Amino acid sequence: MESFALLIAATLNAGTVLAIAGLGLLINERAGIVNLGAEGMMLVAAIAGFATAVHTGNDWLAFGAGAAAGALMAAAFGGLVIWLNTNQYATGLALSLFGAGFSAFAGIQYTQQKLGERPHFEIAGLTDIPFIGPALFRQHPMVYLTIALTVGLAWFLYRSRAGLVLRAVGESPESAHALGYPVRRIRLAAVMTGGALCGVAGAYVSVIYTPLWVEGMIAGKGWIALALTTFATWRPARVLLGAYLFGGVTMLQFHLQGEGVQIPSQFLTMLPYLATIVVLVLISRNATWIRVNMPASLGKPFFPGS
Amino acid sequence: MTPRLELLGISKQYPAVKANDAVSLRVMPGQIHAVLGENGAGKSTLMKIIYGAVRPDEGEIRWNGQPVLVRNPHEARGLGISMVFQHFSLFDTLSAAENVWLGLDKTMPLADVIERIRKVSHEYGLDVDPLRPVHTLSVGERQRVEIVRALLTKPQLLILDEPTSVLTPQAVEKLFVTLRQLAREGCSILYISHKLDEIRSLCHHCTVLRGGKVTGEVDPTKESNASLSRLMIGAEPPQLQHREAKLGDVALEVKGLSLAKQSPFGTTLAEIALQVRAGEIVGVAGVSGNGQQEFMAALSGEDPRAPRGSIRLFGTDIAHMSPRHRRRLGLHFVPEERLGRGAVPTLSLAQNTLLTRTECVGRQSGWIDVAGVARQAEELIRRFNVKAGGPDAAAKSLSGGNLQKFIVGREIDARPKLLIVSQPTWGVDVGAAAQIRAELLKLRDAGCALLIVSEELDELFEISDRLVVIAQGRVSPSVPVREATVEMIGEWMSGLWAKETAHA
Amino acid sequence: MLKLEARPQPSKAMSFASPLLALAITVVIGIVLFMLLGKDPLKGLYVFFIEPIKSGYALSELSIKATPLVLIALGLAVCFRSNIWNIGAEGQFIVGALCAGWMAMQAGPDTSRFIVVLVLLAGVLGGMLWAGIVALLRDRFNANEILVSLMLVYVADMVLSYLVYGPWKDPQGYNFPQTITFAAATKIPRLIDGWRMNIGVLIALAAVAGFWVFLFRTYRGYQLQVGGLAPLASRYAGFSSRSALWTGLLLSGGMAGLAGGLEAAGPLGQLTPHVPAGYGFAAIIVAFVGRLHPVGSIFSAVLMSMFYIGGELAQSRLGLPKSLTGVFQGLLLFTLLACDTLIHYRVRWQSVPAAPSVKPVAAPTQKIREA
Repeated sequence: MESFALLIAATLNAGTVLAIAGLGLLINERAGIVNLGAEGMMLVAAIAGFATAVHTGNDWLAFGAGAAAGALMAAAFGGLVIWLNTNQYATGLALSLFGAGFSAFAGIQYTQQKLGERPHFEIAGLTDIPFIGPALFRQHPMVYLTIALTVGLAWFLYRSRAGLVLRAVGESPESAHALGYPVRRIRLAAVMTGGALCGVAGAYVSVIYTPLWVEGMIAGKGWIALALTTFATWRPARVLLGAYLFGGVTMLQFHLQGEGVQIPSQFLTMLPYLATIVVLVLISRNATWIRVNMPASLGKPFFPGS
Repeated sequence: MTPRLELLGISKQYPAVKANDAVSLRVMPGQIHAVLGENGAGKSTLMKIIYGAVRPDEGEIRWNGQPVLVRNPHEARGLGISMVFQHFSLFDTLSAAENVWLGLDKTMPLADVIERIRKVSHEYGLDVDPLRPVHTLSVGERQRVEIVRALLTKPQLLILDEPTSVLTPQAVEKLFVTLRQLAREGCSILYISHKLDEIRSLCHHCTVLRGGKVTGEVDPTKESNASLSRLMIGAEPPQLQHREAKLGDVALEVKGLSLAKQSPFGTTLAEIALQVRAGEIVGVAGVSGNGQQEFMAALSGEDPRAPRGSIRLFGTDIAHMSPRHRRRLGLHFVPEERLGRGAVPTLSLAQNTLLTRTECVGRQSGWIDVAGVARQAEELIRRFNVKAGGPDAAAKSLSGGNLQKFIVGREIDARPKLLIVSQPTWGVDVGAAAQIRAELLKLRDAGCALLIVSEELDELFEISDRLVVIAQGRVSPSVPVREATVEMIGEWMSGLWAKETAHA
Repeated sequence: MLKLEARPQPSKAMSFASPLLALAITVVIGIVLFMLLGKDPLKGLYVFFIEPIKSGYALSELSIKATPLVLIALGLAVCFRSNIWNIGAEGQFIVGALCAGWMAMQAGPDTSRFIVVLVLLAGVLGGMLWAGIVALLRDRFNANEILVSLMLVYVADMVLSYLVYGPWKDPQGYNFPQTITFAAATKIPRLIDGWRMNIGVLIALAAVAGFWVFLFRTYRGYQLQVGGLAPLASRYAGFSSRSALWTGLLLSGGMAGLAGGLEAAGPLGQLTPHVPAGYGFAAIIVAFVGRLHPVGSIFSAVLMSMFYIGGELAQSRLGLPKSLTGVFQGLLLFTLLACDTLIHYRVRWQSVPAAPSVKPVAAPTQKIREA
């Protein structure tokens, strides 16, 4: 029982990374922009956050640094894709490749460094509840913030006028432009917000999740987060659920190894990636359903003045 | 009386063309003022300037006597200028109310917007359910949403850009009733159109544009179609030679064509039956959004799901054949979208020839004879009077009319046995349109069977031998053009044809 | 302020100039970077651009890196032109190397030289198989090929790791994760004694010619390109997008697998966890910088190889981290995409329009019929 409770706790932790990044990408895609640079942004944010944590000892500053790094890279991406109308897929890829190289470069002096003892968090009183206590209430505040973010984002998208405008821009930038909305600026705002959130997720990985720096430590979570948004048909609550699901799959491998299951470790490591493929296959089968739920302008260039 | 809107010497230069050249215009309060011009005359640019989407290079705009600078649509709306676009600015997945809400600048709660929509639509006879998602609405209903959206801003000037291209003749009448009511209440209306009959019946005053300049300001009720046409294109509309049809075998036989729609935004086809013989032109009339696209896709082969035997070409069942196979059997098709479907924008005219013409491609090897293709394209350019920089010119560098001439020419030159054309002269200037129609008639006289889908009733009446109407995915029986009237076709467009009439 | 204005015709001149412009910008950023790191920028430029090409031996080393890049980029160019985003070439490379390695390990001391052909064939088939999975999932289930191919990279890496740490580990290898060294017969024939350059170079050059013909002189190649440029036009013409999907993925998978096989049986001579060298990803950049054109990819592959070798030299000579290579490569692609805008757009300087001038209004000279 005890270990199962710990499994749940670990799942929430792992899922939080994917959820934050996934929600950020959701904001992007709701505006009609696919940012394949998620992995690169998370890598650069991870090293930025780690370095900040090393030099200042303040975790929250580290998150801030990660957010700033993500937003900056997203701004460069946004400038190219929104104003110069470069191909979104190629530009996003370029961002990821650059991020991989740059983070490795910048992280040279921090390799294998470890941060100090990570603080323990728990909510007094609630952690004593048998099973639920250890499972749910010994988490880093970021885990709870993520849940709040999900709720907030859902409210924003479906209950607020600003969210309606964002959805309209993603649905038909031409119509929004004809009505006089500053489509390009709205898209840039969405891209930068998404980048900032990916950045926070990246910093969380290197500062809280596995508090050290290793080249390439994001290990594909950025790509999985991209798959998440499609899997969740662009709805915040489903992103969170999906993130926890994937987090669970990731944790399963450690759990199984701990239980002494006789499977070569490499196959267990493969689990999250195989799971992503399976999920993509399941969700994409109904092409019509995807088309109805997908922001109609996703991936397409927008030319005002045509 | 001070004019509601006055334009003084408005000019706008684009890299390739001067869209507006010292245009002056005056609209009085409560006046329905037409802006008449053919495609490319500069009407859209002028409207964009009034609406704030584009800045003029020169000239002044006066609103109720005061000079103003309209910097963006937001400011235009603030002045009281409201626009109903030709291509609707609607968001399919949102409800009608949400769409209207987005078009309003004041942030009033959605519930209030819904209330006001209900009030306005009742007041002006524009039936609209605010809660339905727009993608479930018909084209006519969508236009009503656009108009209601404009009316909710309490406009002093309402601009309508080609509003009747998507309406049946009966719906056009209803719209005119609404517009006249608005004008009586003091709202000015700018009515953009190239349809002479409508302007003469609705508008108090008309400014005619040609090549970016004003060529005349008239009272349309006192003009004839011929005189208006002279102002619009500088000459009488060209007369077409219409010879008696010499009928041959049945080229196309469609029977029991039922096809479920592929997307939630489409139209399901139901039991379509139709016949086209060699040497005749059958025109398909209908308001857009009634299944034309789906029907064309089934005929051209882009949609291969038609029931077996429902489409026969000279007796051969082609319902499941690919477009390439159909072409080999003599069926050629001109789609309504030029750039992106009929031609690839960034490829040259020579390369675009290869889309449907494979004479210069090795049968077995697939080897492309590049020089041969260039010659082929040059020949098309010459024969069909296409104004282009040569066979290497990119398709997107041509004007709409010239690209259409090239595409239509490419298919005519293939010597088809059946040619299907969708919207042959949409967005094409009058000169090119006349050339295209003449070529189609020539083809028919040479014994080809033609099926032409068009939203321009006048065009169909001009060149068809027989007419059918497509409405809500069904096709009416056919009627010889001599026996058809606009009123009858208009009724049929709403689906009201007698089912017992056997088709010719 | 600067305004972008659409060109009526894509500019051929800018098509060539854009990569050069992008390179220039990258070099400038590089110089700044060197200075910030306290190193002599001229030495840096020398190490990156002069040393890798200054001798026959250097060129031979360059070719070892350029060959796999060219091969993979050729396949990717076809894919990208068809709007199929095969990002998983790295995974196809690994699986190609695995299959080629397996074939090589069947050889003994008496095997004929012919085995080299089988080894390379195995590589091609392995890459095609791995890419085929992506094609199948996209064809049957509409699954996004970007994410599937990428996930398969991680999976391929894990499979390689499993094999070299487990069943394929050399029992005489002192417990290092590596397979046996392949028999001498399987070694890819070298071209010049003493240099490592092998017939891979010839294969690459032949492939360039073959791909050029395919893309620009065959109807199949034309169909693929139309599919990528205008999918509606492709459907109108009757071109099969399904066939384009399979062709693109199998071709690029096969090429990546071939590159993997050449690498495994060539410079490596065995399989280790270090088989994936990032060529699959670098080739994406090579393809774009080479304008998705077979001949262009030769030049961009040479350029990228110079970055690789320069990075290694910078590490040994200037004490700079090898990951500098990755930074430059990513930067190059980024600046290239920005510069590519100039192919379709002109930059115009436009003064912000002041309030439109009020000209004295002449009475309209046209005929005005009084109502």
